[in-house]
Amino acid sequence: MNPYAVKLAMRHLLSHPGQTALLMAGVALGVSVFIFMSALIGGLATLLTLRTVGSIPHVVLEMPDRDPATLYMGPGAQVVLQKDLSRRGQITIWQPMIPIIEQSSGVIAVSPQIRGSAFVQRGQAVSPVGVIGTMPGKLSVIAEIDGAIVDGSSNLPADGILIGSVLARDLGLRVGQVVQLTSDRGRSRSFRIGGIFTLGIASADRQSIYMNFATARALFDLPTGISRIEIKVQPATDAAGIAERLRLSTGLKATAWTEDNQQLFEGLDAQARTGTIIKAFSLVTIIVGIASAMLLSIVRRQSEIGIMRAMGASRGLVISIYVLEGTLIGVVGAITGALAAWLALLPLPPVSAVTRGDLPIDRQQGDFLLAIALTTLAATLASILPARRAARIDPVEAIGA
Amino acid sequence: MTKEQILSVTGLIKDFGEGETQTHVLKDINLAMAAGEMAALLGPSGSGKSTLLTILGTLMRATGGTHEMLGVDLMHASEAQRTEFRSKNLGFVFQFHHLLPDLSALENVMMPAACAAGRETATMRARASELLDAVGLSDRRDFRPAAMSGGQRQRVAVARALINNPVLVLADEPTGNLDRESADHVMDLIHKINQTMGSSFLISTHDEHIAGRCQRRIELLDGRIVRS
Repeated sequence: MNPYAVKLAMRHLLSHPGQTALLMAGVALGVSVFIFMSALIGGLATLLTLRTVGSIPHVVLEMPDRDPATLYMGPGAQVVLQKDLSRRGQITIWQPMIPIIEQSSGVIAVSPQIRGSAFVQRGQAVSPVGVIGTMPGKLSVIAEIDGAIVDGSSNLPADGILIGSVLARDLGLRVGQVVQLTSDRGRSRSFRIGGIFTLGIASADRQSIYMNFATARALFDLPTGISRIEIKVQPATDAAGIAERLRLSTGLKATAWTEDNQQLFEGLDAQARTGTIIKAFSLVTIIVGIASAMLLSIVRRQSEIGIMRAMGASRGLVISIYVLEGTLIGVVGAITGALAAWLALLPLPPVSAVTRGDLPIDRQQGDFLLAIALTTLAATLASILPARRAARIDPVEAIGA
Repeated sequence: MTKEQILSVTGLIKDFGEGETQTHVLKDINLAMAAGEMAALLGPSGSGKSTLLTILGTLMRATGGTHEMLGVDLMHASEAQRTEFRSKNLGFVFQFHHLLPDLSALENVMMPAACAAGRETATMRARASELLDAVGLSDRRDFRPAAMSGGQRQRVAVARALINNPVLVLADEPTGNLDRESADHVMDLIHKINQTMGSSFLISTHDEHIAGRCQRRIELLDGRIVRS
């Protein structure tokens, strides 16, 4: 870099400190908007994803649906074995699969479950529910039930169950009361309500009941098999790829959470694109601002540029001076803006601690370095055209010789 | 003993515009200058003095003719070659000082050398100090142009023209904006530099008093040299 160009660029900027500060403040504002939008859009996406996938399995493994066997296929006739609707899909040999699944890349938690439909009855009140039988120590690996208990405890003795708070309210149930559960296999048994939970998901709080794994076996008449294996993965957005790998390695039907939440993905994508457009506009504003300020500066300094050219300054030197000026404005403005944005975002709570009314801003997703790099690049690009124009100034015209 | 010839132009013409609007500003100019010569270029307004100085200073190309200096064919040199030649061999003093307002007197004097070298050096600084001493402004070296009088600014401009030890200094009405006392001071300075440093001067002027202080008169009338 030409040291004399650096000196003259610095001198130009420092000779009009008010104008330079105003220009840098404009760049800083654009960078702050860029970072704020990145943090907000990223935080919103994180919050929505956390809220959506926080209490659901990311991948579910089940027995694949089998097509009915074809007994005869001839001209004009086909004989097909009727599907036995009384048989449930169950994973009979599941224990050897668990270590394989647990060691798969991206998998962070595995929960074999027994699931079934049942009716819960308390006096005259009856309500359909979904029952989930979990293994000891696996209660909270998919949905954070331990942390969602609002009354009672999360212990699951053989005769104990945990119910959702909406169900409890609808049926007028409290901890310690006894209810009757009748499974879809026709088995019926009394249970004591050990705890009431609120997950914040309406369907779970209204229809889910958790119980001991062994008790669920008996209630749903599954002496050895299990209904499904629920899995959490990290990151949740890789669920589709991990599901495909698990399908190949286990031979089970694997369903990723993304298959059932396409609308969320589309929403997040639209939101990200909106953010990109806003960020692009802030960059364009920076480019236009710097380019117009540089052009004005060049018009004002036309005779100075002319005299320098007359005294032997090359076109390259003139270009270097003005490109450096633009770049310095961009770098200082960008760093100032990034610092201001960082300080402004500092007191905001992390996304995981956001409560109603808070902006879900994730400082980590502020793209600080990207904002500084893009702004510097934009400032440099913005100054190239004015700098080239400066280099083309005819010294004879500029100095009126 | 014949002094070495540094500049030679023959049959030089300069036209502006085309077709019906074409104007012939310089017509068949033939001129030579020797090393150490101090010449006055006289003529009424519009006679082509400034255009001739601009062409001799390689800031503009002639339409035709030859233009050689120190054996270099400047008529056919590239723009980059002309810029380099200008920075090494030519000095300029204009009617208006044209100092850079953001630089001190010392930095303004160094500017042509720093532009060519890409940096300011201690040698340049020492040479610029010497020149400011020579023009009587050693106590103004850190002053910016705005803090100096018109005469002082023009003396800084003279010092700036000499920083690269030019073979030829082209001065376009260098005293045109100064009162008589300041003008005399600047002319004394030019004369002293011409005598001590050996640079040639071609000074465009309307002022007979200024012209009288030069060794040679070159008179232009309607784009032609009528006396040399």
